[in-house]
Formats: sequence, structure tokens, C-alpha cells
Amino acid sequence: MAMGVNTLAYYFKETARYLVRNSWLSLAAIGTITVSLLILGVSILLVTNTNKIALDLEQKLEIRVFLKQNLSLSQVEQLEKRINFVSGVARVSFVSKEKALADLRKGLGERKDILAGMKKNPLPDAFQVKMERSEQIAGAAAQISSLPGVEQVLYGQDTVEKLLLVTRWVRIAGIIIIGALILAALFLISSIIRLSVFARRQEISIMKVLGATNWFIRTPFLLEGVTLGFLGSFVAVVILYFSYWSFVQQISTFVPFIPLVADQRLLFNLFGGLVGLGLVIGIAGSFFSVRKYLKV
Amino acid sequence: MVHFYHVSKVYQNGVKALKDVTMHISKGDFLFLVGPSGAGKTTLTKLLLREELPTKGQVIFCGKNVARLKPQEIPLLRRKIGVVFQDFRLLPKKTVYENVAFALEVIGGSGQIIKKRVPEALELVGLADKQKMFPSQLSGGEQQRAGIARAIVNRPLLLITDEPTGNLDPKTSWELIYLLQEINRLGTTIIMATHAWDIVNTLKKRVVALSGGQMVRDEKRGVYGYGG
Repeated sequence: MAMGVNTLAYYFKETARYLVRNSWLSLAAIGTITVSLLILGVSILLVTNTNKIALDLEQKLEIRVFLKQNLSLSQVEQLEKRINFVSGVARVSFVSKEKALADLRKGLGERKDILAGMKKNPLPDAFQVKMERSEQIAGAAAQISSLPGVEQVLYGQDTVEKLLLVTRWVRIAGIIIIGALILAALFLISSIIRLSVFARRQEISIMKVLGATNWFIRTPFLLEGVTLGFLGSFVAVVILYFSYWSFVQQISTFVPFIPLVADQRLLFNLFGGLVGLGLVIGIAGSFFSVRKYLKV
Repeated sequence: MVHFYHVSKVYQNGVKALKDVTMHISKGDFLFLVGPSGAGKTTLTKLLLREELPTKGQVIFCGKNVARLKPQEIPLLRRKIGVVFQDFRLLPKKTVYENVAFALEVIGGSGQIIKKRVPEALELVGLADKQKMFPSQLSGGEQQRAGIARAIVNRPLLLITDEPTGNLDPKTSWELIYLLQEINRLGTTIIMATHAWDIVNTLKKRVVALSGGQMVRDEKRGVYGYGG
């Protein structure tokens, strides 16, 4: 059936009428959707940011392998080969004690005089080992430390593990809370639609006798759900947008070394996704009620 | 136009509403359906509108077996049949005009058609001057006229009226019958289920009598009664 302008006008009129009639319940549904999508958005931002910080740290992270003194050149080469064989190792580079000392001098800057009294270079030769993934660091470090010729192995284990743990917990807690809230939103929307169907039962029975198609009868109810979903997610996105930007600005002013996600496109996708999810919740909630309570 | 072939209807609760009813209605007929309450008059109209399916037999409307219609064809069937209820069933929050226009709106009628046909229908039933009133501001007879206007505004082939005078006083009832006769003269087939024996006896139209779900009488120019 071709949809006339008249039919469209009818749909919008009906939808608006019943949203207003059930205004308190409608507000409750919008609020629930807003809160659930807000929490979803916050946890997604939290996870992406912790991931970004972890990634940033990981790139800086490396295993430092200090060698025993007095190894022969062939022993050093042998050890480099064996480290290269450890699974997950991305790159191994040799740092001679001379270079280490030079680096130290450079690092000390104007206070390099401290080193002036030294007759002998106290620093050991070392390898810098980069891993493909940060989870592999602990295992690889243990393996390397058992290789012959290795004096000591150091890496920033604690920091990485803590970050990964945070990311994991945020993810799990987020999924549980969001799941519960989305269920609540679905339930509220389907209750609203059920009330709407009930309030209009006389009209619906007359419409059926008059020969209205099933879709004609259903559409205002579906639109009602979609509108609730849209309003709820829109409010969530607006709140999220402004509060996240002010947060990013605060952080970049006061703690500039923390790298936050500020990629416009990524955020745009996130906000678009949230609105999309709101619409899906709206449609799903109303479709459920329309199927169950609207025997057409 | 309408054919019932050996139609029986047993409801899920075991009530046998119709037993082996066979009858034919031609285009342009004006038919009184008489019988005590529970005789099966309402079931007959429900089968025609496909609100119920026959347990046995066939209901044919305009050459189509009503039971075999696809779900999307059911609304199209109902658009060819106008229904007038004993209790009017007007929407209380819409004006008379809006109630009649509603019948066209719900089938996707354009604004042009609505602007043309609604005043025509209201003129025909004599409510042109009350179109802006709400149902609660009308008398029973006027409400029933609005109900008729709503039923005929889509120009149905068949008009089913279920005890249209059941809630009206005798004078108003007669005015309504004259209106239905007028609509019938304009070409619409009419089935009127009724208990109003004086109307049936005076008009001497075709009478089909049901009793206990069975058709006990079908007379060309009948009088009221269902004794057999």
C-alpha cells in the first residue's frame, strides 16, 4: 500500500497523542534508556581509554636483560639467538656497556660530573627485548632469566598487569549493569505500549471492522517505542558529549602525559552507535507488546 | 453476492452457534435476520467479516471463499462490508465529522477523498449541521445516523446492521429504517439483524429466521417470527 501524506500525518498525530497521555511512564522509559546508555557510553569510553593508555605503556615497555660480566662475543651472540627464539619476542637489540654509560651521561645532563671519578665502567652489557603483546612479557621474562649468561631481568610488570585487570573488570561490570538496565528499558517500553494498546482497544476493534491493515494498526505503537528510544539515547549522547569533552580538557591541562581518546571519528561512531542502540531498544520493546497484546 | 453453503460453527467452548445453514443473498437485497438471542445472528455476521472461521461449510463473498483469504486480504474484504452496531461504537473524543472521516483515514484515503465523501455521507444521513459535535452531544438516533454514515462513507457493497434500533425509541427507529431503505435503493445490499417485529411486519421484505443455530424460515416477503 502506498503511504499517503494523510496516513503519515495520522501516524504522527497518534504517536504524539499517546506519548502525552502516558507522559509520566514515557518519562520513566526515556530516563531508563538515558541512564543505561549513559553507563554504556561511560564504560566504553573507560575501556577504550584504559586500553589506549595500556597500549601506550606497552609500546614503551620492554624487558631489560642484563648480562654477566666477561662473556665472550660468541656467547653473547648465542644468547641473542636464544632470546630471539622465545615465543612472542618481537625485537632484540644489544646495548653495550659503553652505550649504556653514554646514555646515562646524556640522561644526567649537567650533573654528569658524578661519573667523572669512575675509572671503570660499572654497567653491564644488556639486551632490550620488545614483545609482540604485553601479556607475554611475564612469561618471556621468566624464560629469559633462566638462560645461561643472564645476570638479571627487569620489566614494568606491575603496571601492565594492573591496567589489564582494570580493563577486564570494567568490561565485566559494564556488561552486567548494561544488560540489566537494557532489560529494564525493554520492560518499561513494552509496558507503555501495552497500556497504549489497552487505552485504544475500542479504536482498534473499530479499525479492524473498518478494514485497516494490520500494519496500519501497529505502526503508531511501533513509532511510539521508537520515539522513546530515540529521545532516551539522544539525551544520553548529549550528556556524554559535553561531560567527556570537559573531562578531556581538564586532563589535558592538568595531567597532559595521560593520552586520552579524542579521535572525533571514533567518538562520532560511539555516539551514533548509542543512538542506534536506543532505537533498537525502542523497536524491540514495542514490537514485543504489539505482538503479544495486539491481536490483529 | 453472499453464499452460505452448509455452514456450521462450533465455538471452542463447545457452543454450537450455527448448524448447517445454507442461504444466498443477491446484490440489492434487503434482508431481515430474525431469531431469539443466541440464535446465531451475530455468528453469521462474524463469519462474513472473518472474525470467526466456519467449522464446516463455506462462506462465499463476491466469489471468494472467506475462510481461504490470506491475512493481508482480510482488510480488503472488510472494506467491502459496512457494519452498524447496536451500541453505535463511535469514538467519544472525535467529532461526528472525525468519526466518519476515521473510516477513510484508516484505509489510507487521501485528504481529497475525505473532504468530498464525508460531507456527502453526513448529508445523506441528515447530520450535516451537527458534524462538529461530539457523540455525547447527540441523541441516540443521531449517534446511530453517525454510525451509519461511518459505515457507508467507504461505499461498501454490503451493509450489516446488528439490531440498529435496539437502543432507540419507536419514532427514531422508523426514521432510521427509512434511511436504511434509502441506502438500499442507492444500491447497497443490507442485512439487518433485529428483534423489531413491527418493522419487519410492516416492510414485508425478505426474512431469514434462525433458531438454535438452524435456519427455520426464508421468505421473500416475510413477517416476524421464528417458530418454524
